[in-house]
Amino acid sequence: MLYKTLKLNTEDQKATRDGFGVGLVEAGKSDERIVALTADLKESTRVEAFAQEFPDRFFEMGVAEQNLVTVASGLANYGKVPFVTSYATFSPGRNLEQIRTTVCINDVPVKIIGCHAGLTVGPDGATHQALEDIAIMRVLPNMTVVVPCDTEEARKATLTLAMTNKPAYLRLGRDKTPSITTSETSFELGKGYYAFETDSADVTIIACGALVYNAIIAAEELGSQGINVDVINMHTIKPLDRDIIISAAKKTGAIVTAEEHQITGGLGSAVAEVLAEEYPVPIEFIGVRNQFGQSGTPAELMKFYKLDSESIKGAIHDVLRRKG
Amino acid sequence: MSLTDVQLKNLETKANDIRMSILEMLVAAGSGHTAGPMGMADIFTALYFHILNHDPKNPEWVNRDRLILSNGHIVPVRYATMAHAGYFPVTELNTLRKFGSRLQGHPERHALPGLENTSGPLGSGLSQASGIALGLRMDANSLKLSGASALFPKPHVYCLMSDGELDEGNSWEAIMFAGNRKLSNLTAIIDRNNIQIDGMTEDIMPLEPLADKWRAFNWHVIEIDGHNFTDIIDAVNQAKAIIEKPTVIIAHTIPGKGITEIEGDYKWHGVPPSKDQAEAWLKGLRTLGGKIEGGHLD
Ligand SMILES: Cc1ncc(C[n+]2csc(CCOP(=O)(O)OP(=O)(O)O)c2C)c(N)n1
Ligand SMILES: [Mg+2]
Repeated sequence: MLYKTLKLNTEDQKATRDGFGVGLVEAGKSDERIVALTADLKESTRVEAFAQEFPDRFFEMGVAEQNLVTVASGLANYGKVPFVTSYATFSPGRNLEQIRTTVCINDVPVKIIGCHAGLTVGPDGATHQALEDIAIMRVLPNMTVVVPCDTEEARKATLTLAMTNKPAYLRLGRDKTPSITTSETSFELGKGYYAFETDSADVTIIACGALVYNAIIAAEELGSQGINVDVINMHTIKPLDRDIIISAAKKTGAIVTAEEHQITGGLGSAVAEVLAEEYPVPIEFIGVRNQFGQSGTPAELMKFYKLDSESIKGAIHDVLRRKG
Repeated sequence: MSLTDVQLKNLETKANDIRMSILEMLVAAGSGHTAGPMGMADIFTALYFHILNHDPKNPEWVNRDRLILSNGHIVPVRYATMAHAGYFPVTELNTLRKFGSRLQGHPERHALPGLENTSGPLGSGLSQASGIALGLRMDANSLKLSGASALFPKPHVYCLMSDGELDEGNSWEAIMFAGNRKLSNLTAIIDRNNIQIDGMTEDIMPLEPLADKWRAFNWHVIEIDGHNFTDIIDAVNQAKAIIEKPTVIIAHTIPGKGITEIEGDYKWHGVPPSKDQAEAWLKGLRTLGGKIEGGHLD
């Protein structure tokens, strides 16, 4: 069953970047330390509303992602809370070392907003489809990594990250997606939760971002065929909710992870690290397998790279066979 | 080596055809960039139809001049020009940005023969071009290249860049490097159209005095009207004659050139025309802005 405060809604879809834009203005109103910087992507990263509301707290950096994040680290070092926006391929893609040294080793609260992440940026093609950003951010000590599943969760994540005094990476998508969470759903950093839960589940899907919806659809459809599936929304990749992963493995003994990212280094790897150490069970990974993306519609790409709900169902059958 | 009237006319007609192809392919794709490709149609035409030593039937020819595109988002103009030059069928242009197409939204080296390099993420083209120019110079006397050098000049490397990407540190690292190494077989051509995504370059991150900056980094600088074929070709000839420095041609262009409704407007950086808009604009191009009746292509 869908968790009580959730409601699937495919009408009136919005992108996670939209929720970020709204959240940033709200955060800016309650905390005047918050500033925003962009690298020539004001409108598409949705920082424009903040720029209009707080023109003195907004800085246009031009196409210069290394300077973007490094100036932000200086602002944070001084006492501001900077949100820096670009596309994920460029930030944190291009400026990784600057993030490592000047944000993470400095341990200052710079919030890196990586928009247009994943395959769903579509026709722009491989150069613009970030599929490694979770990996390169979660490997950094001091960094927090959040991948919201819908626009409302992105809004709440923005508000929450604005209040932590730590470096953070927020991964956002370009495409409009169905909404799952509602204004009633609470967001707790570092805590996954059951988005879909059945009494005697045979398998648990642990998903993040846009794939939470696909996972719920897969769970609903398999439920009607007598296969009971739980879905955990793991919006925070770091710090990872180890307890819920271990208890899920104990409950069902079979895990499927799902993310719009390379399998290497992403959510799936993070879950596997926990289970290998604590409670090994069969795992199947839904994600991109050592390939770059390509041009196409988001739907075509989700199908081709096997991230759609049909593919998730296939992975569930596979993991159940291995569970025996 | 200056252009005859017939040559000039042919280049103008070709550029016009290429602009029409760009509009058609953007409409078919339903996404993509309009301003940059339209503004660079004349320079691409001059390169592929007059300047470059190349062979559309043999894109890997070792003695070919190398054309490195740094601002990958304007690749529709490269695809259109390559198709018109005979690299692949013009009908394939309608697959731009579609699933399974060789014409990816941003250029990928291995997706289509003749593309040379991958770009889209800005600011890395001049470094790639510098590496190629350096490699070519290292091997300039080797057997492979010297066999053809009597007939053909040493392969020259052209790097097409945008003004917006001069915001990137990577660009200036390359400018400093190529100046240091005196890479005279490298010519950078800047699409100086004064726009980037968020507005005018001089409002976002001023570049001027741009020519002085390049000169200070030990480049030979030429400024031209990027829509004047004689200017373009003369500048390239001069660049090839300068042997003690790399040359940058700052080509002043009009974003969206050819479509009066959008010329100069930065908002057309990254959106395609609607079907109706394109139809009206194509009509204008077909009649060369009403100058001829019927249109030369029908
Ligand atoms: C490293 C990097 N950062 C950001 C972008 C997003 N982006 C695409 S084009 C562009 C700037 C546009 O300026 P210019 O290159 O002069 O483009 P024009 O509109 O003149 O074609 C930006 C910021 C990018 N492609 N690469
Ligand atoms: Mg420009």
